[in-house]
Amino acid sequence: MHSALHERGTANFLLNGGGLKPGHALFGEAETSGIEPKISARGVNFYYGSKRALKDINMDFSPRLVTAIIGPSGCGKSTFIRLLNRMNELVPGTRLEGEILLDGLDIVAPVCDAAELRKRVGMVFQKPNPFPKSILENVAYGLEINGSLDRRAIEEKVEDSLKKAALWDEVKDRLRESALGLSGGQQQRLCIARCLAVEPEVILFDEPCASLDPISTAKIEELILKLKKTYTIVIVTHNMQQAARVSDRTAFFLMGELIEYGATGMIFKAPRDRRTEDYITGRFG
Amino acid sequence: MTKRDIIQKTGFTLLAMCMAANIVFLGMIVFFIASRGLPAISWEFLTQAPRNAMTQGGVAPAIVGTLYLTLGAVLVALPLGVACAIYLTEYSPKGWIVNLIRISVNNLAGVPSVVFGLFGLAIFVKKAGFGVSMLSGSLTLGILALPVIISASQEALIAVPQSIREASLALGATRWETIRRVVLPAALPGILTGVILSVGRVAGETAPILFTAAAFYVKGYPKSVLSEVMALPYHIYALMTEGTHPEIQTQIAYGSSLILLALVLSVSMLAIYIRQRYRRGYNA
Repeated sequence: MHSALHERGTANFLLNGGGLKPGHALFGEAETSGIEPKISARGVNFYYGSKRALKDINMDFSPRLVTAIIGPSGCGKSTFIRLLNRMNELVPGTRLEGEILLDGLDIVAPVCDAAELRKRVGMVFQKPNPFPKSILENVAYGLEINGSLDRRAIEEKVEDSLKKAALWDEVKDRLRESALGLSGGQQQRLCIARCLAVEPEVILFDEPCASLDPISTAKIEELILKLKKTYTIVIVTHNMQQAARVSDRTAFFLMGELIEYGATGMIFKAPRDRRTEDYITGRFG
Repeated sequence: MTKRDIIQKTGFTLLAMCMAANIVFLGMIVFFIASRGLPAISWEFLTQAPRNAMTQGGVAPAIVGTLYLTLGAVLVALPLGVACAIYLTEYSPKGWIVNLIRISVNNLAGVPSVVFGLFGLAIFVKKAGFGVSMLSGSLTLGILALPVIISASQEALIAVPQSIREASLALGATRWETIRRVVLPAALPGILTGVILSVGRVAGETAPILFTAAAFYVKGYPKSVLSEVMALPYHIYALMTEGTHPEIQTQIAYGSSLILLALVLSVSMLAIYIRQRYRRGYNA
C-alpha cells in the first residue's frame, strides 16, 4: 500500500515530466499538503471494443476544488468523467484497466455497488435531461428511491435543493407543473437541484452549458463556484474561458492521454507542453 | 411556371388524390353499414336477447360476450406482452438471439387468425380441457393480440430517450427502479395506444373464436369463464349463413355490424385521445 504522500509524489512526477524544480510544483504546497485526494485515477486504460480511448491516466482530484477537463472533441474527456460514476458500464463492449479510488476505496471493484456509488458521485449531463414529471417529482425522485424520508421531509429537502440550485424563486409557484415547461437553463438548474437532493460528495458536470445561452451559462457558472465550497467538482468543457473562469485546476486531454494537469492559472498563462499551448491559443481543436 | 414547379404540383395533386380515395373508401364503408344497419337499431335491439329463431329481439348477449372476450384477451396479453417487451428492450443483451425473437414476434403477427383458432381448439379447448368457453376464447384472442402489444410496447420503450434513463441511474437508482419509475411511465401512452389498437382488432375477430368460444345462441348471459358465449362477429357470420329467415336476418346482421363498427371505432378514438393527452410528455 502506497502512502498518500508517495502517491501524490508519483502524480506530480508524471505531471511535471520529472524535469521541474520543486518550486515549480503545479499546486502550491499549501494547497495540497495534508489533503487526501477525493478521487484518484491510477493507471486507467479504457477500451471501446479494441479501440483504446484512454491511455494510462493518472490523476488526482482534490476535495472542494473545481477541476476542469479540456481538450478537443473525441479526446476522451467525457469518457473519463463517466468512469468516475461508472456510467460507461451501460455501454456494451467496453473494458477498463487500472483503478479509480474514491476516498481510497476502489470503485471499479466488483464489490462496489454502482447505485450506491452514484449516490455519492452525482452527475449533470450535457443536455438537460429532466424526467417528464413535475418539478417537484424531479427533485424528489432521488429521495424517493432511497425511501428513507417521509413526504414532509422530502418536500423540505426539495425546497432546500432548489434554493441551493438558485431555482426556487422561479419555480416555487409551479412545483407541480411539468419540468418540461421550463427553459433550457432552468431545466439544467433543475437537474443540478435533483442531483444536490441526493447529497452527493462529488458532482461531475459533463459540458453542462453546451446547449445553453450565455445568460443561462453565467448562472450555472456562478452556481458551480458556490457549490465548490461543499462539493468536489469535476467539469468537462469545450469552452476554455469557462474552464478559466470556474476551475482551480485544469487538465488537458489529447487523443486519450492526459497531456498536462495543473493550477488553472498556470495552464492558461504558462503551459509547459507545446500541445497544450497550441490548444489554448486556438491553433487546433 | 417552371418544369420543377409543374412536377411539384403534379406530385402534390397525386398525393391529395390518394388521400381523398382513402377517405372516400372509409366513408363508403361507414355510410353503407350505417344506412343498412340503422333501421334495425332500437333500444330493444341493444338491450334484449334474440327471440323467435333470431328474427326478433336484440343482440345484447352478443355485445356483452364480445366485451367479455375482449377484456379477457387484454388481461392475458397485456402483462405477458409488456413484460416480454421490457425484457427484450431493457434487459436482454443485444445480439442475434434478440433479433431472432423480434423477427419471430413480427412473423407471429402475420399468422392467419384461423390458424390461431385451430391452435386454440387443440390446446385450450381439448388439451387443457377448458372446452368451448370464454376462457379458451380469451386465451386464443390474447395470443393473437400478443405480437401487436409486444411490438407497440417495444416501440414505446425504445422511444424513451436514453438521457432520462441515464439521469435516473446517475441518481443512484437501480435498473429496475429506473424502468419502473421512469421508463414505464414515459412509455405508457405508447403502450396503451398499442393495447387499445389491438383491442380493436381482437373485438372484430371471428375465426379465433369460431371453434373456441362462440355459440350461435346461448340462453341468457354467460355465467362463468367456462360458459360458451355469443359474440358480435360470430353472430353476424351465423346470421348470414344459417337460419331460416334470410331477409330479416340480413337486416339484423347489418345492425350488428354497425354496433361492432361503432364499438371498434370508439375504442380507436379512445386510443387517439389518450395519445394526444399524454403527448405533452417527453417529446413536447
